Amino acid sequence: MIEKNGVPSMNQVKAEFPTQETLAKPKAIIECYKRIPCNPCETSCPFDAITVGEDINERPRIDFEKCTGCGICVYNCPGLAITVTQIKGDQAHLKIPYEFTPLPEKGESVNVMSRSGEVITQGTVTKVQAGKKQNKTALIHLSIPKEFLYDAITIEVSYGS
Amino acid sequence: MQNKEAIVIGGGPAGLTAALELLKAGASVCLIDRNERLGGQLTKQTHMFFGSEKQYASHRGIDILEILTNSLGKYGNKLEILTETTVVGMYRDKVLSCVSGDKFFKLQGEKIIFATGASEKALPFENNDLPGVYAAGAVQTLMNEYGIKPGEKVLMVGSGNIGLIVSYQLMQAGVEVVALVEAADRIGGYLVHASKIKRLGVDILTNTSVKRAIGKDSVEAAEIWELDEQWQGIEGSERTLEVDTICVAVGLAPLTELLQQMGVNVKYVNELGGNVPILDEQYQTSVEGVYACGDLANIEEASSAMVEGRIVGINAARSLGRSVENADFRIKALRHELKDLRGGPPGDKVRKGLKKLGVAT
Repeated sequence: MIEKNGVPSMNQVKAEFPTQETLAKPKAIIECYKRIPCNPCETSCPFDAITVGEDINERPRIDFEKCTGCGICVYNCPGLAITVTQIKGDQAHLKIPYEFTPLPEKGESVNVMSRSGEVITQGTVTKVQAGKKQNKTALIHLSIPKEFLYDAITIEVSYGS
Repeated sequence: MQNKEAIVIGGGPAGLTAALELLKAGASVCLIDRNERLGGQLTKQTHMFFGSEKQYASHRGIDILEILTNSLGKYGNKLEILTETTVVGMYRDKVLSCVSGDKFFKLQGEKIIFATGASEKALPFENNDLPGVYAAGAVQTLMNEYGIKPGEKVLMVGSGNIGLIVSYQLMQAGVEVVALVEAADRIGGYLVHASKIKRLGVDILTNTSVKRAIGKDSVEAAEIWELDEQWQGIEGSERTLEVDTICVAVGLAPLTELLQQMGVNVKYVNELGGNVPILDEQYQTSVEGVYACGDLANIEEASSAMVEGRIVGINAARSLGRSVENADFRIKALRHELKDLRGGPPGDKVRKGLKKLGVAT
């Protein structure tokens, strides 16, 4: 239970996803399960696809028609609660926020983690965006087997550097 | 003794914005901070802030500090900054005694703004005086300001935003967070922060606390145990975790001692963190011309502290006879910002506390 251990239920997760048909194009998946006073997702979106509204404590709502999956909200979300997902054949393409060093490199094979912190599969880094715009929250593009679409959330961080 | 138009004590988020508003209105400001540099907690807040654009949401605390200090820089000799200066005494006639290095001096201010913040609460458990037991804020200072790792394996105690954020920042520094324990039956801070560390493998254990630290000269392990509904440890549920650091993040208490020295009326309000000054509509204490804002007035996020600082700065400037452009409108807008920041579930506690204090929210 998310209030006890930080892990949302599969029902909660799936409720934030559009249909798999919609995911033929990249879409932002917003996992902001509890009301908090925060709205940079709304103000950073260049396409007005995300609405929090007058009361900044409301949970964000997304219009998948307007969302282009650009990923700007991903690195502007202070809670690192947004990812972008797209289905391409038997692969799922993810854009995830990442704030650890060293950054993974393009082409690198990485361990992919679930929301409960377990390694579930391997993925390939396809691109790393870590410029001025991202301001130290890098955007990692990742390709993983499609079957892990609803389970994958981040990549493993190694310790002891 | 030197006389000042306005003295701001504490250069954290609330003090900085209060000073800025006073300067904007043309007042002279003496800004005092006991640390080497201004910023208070902002100096180590490497995470992005929540809130809205008006409180610099999505900017990191350290970057917000730069924005605020750059703004202060525009006011030249109207602003006097006394760092590494501690206010050690406070009198009813608004005289402050200060210590800086081996110098002792007195200042008197027409208006005095207290933005002294808060201190971390301690947690009683066996061996909590062993080296390796830290307050979370101290760990954050060591890591993010001085680049020093506090240890290699950490037990975090407390799941408020500080416990959750410092856990994440420990991991960013390459330190393993073995577990996070929380005495309550649910996570106290924002769930997005909790999910951020959980997905990287940190176990969050609710209804659990630290029983004792184990070690000869420093922490070698921590014994944790489960708590029952009355928050009593359950015999037989003990587990030993191999850690060299125990990081305590169990809340903050407002630093009201100086205010109390000068006879300001305070009230104990649990929801606000302890003894807090009783304030009027203007954020003025029971002593005329003395104001309070930020964590000193009620424990909250830095976003709210910055808004309160602005309100106090405008109010104090006006009572100095300075003209503030659109003052009424701005105060109204700032109060609205506070209402927004406190409007959701995370604001329940503060709203309840302020109600007890008789403050309209």
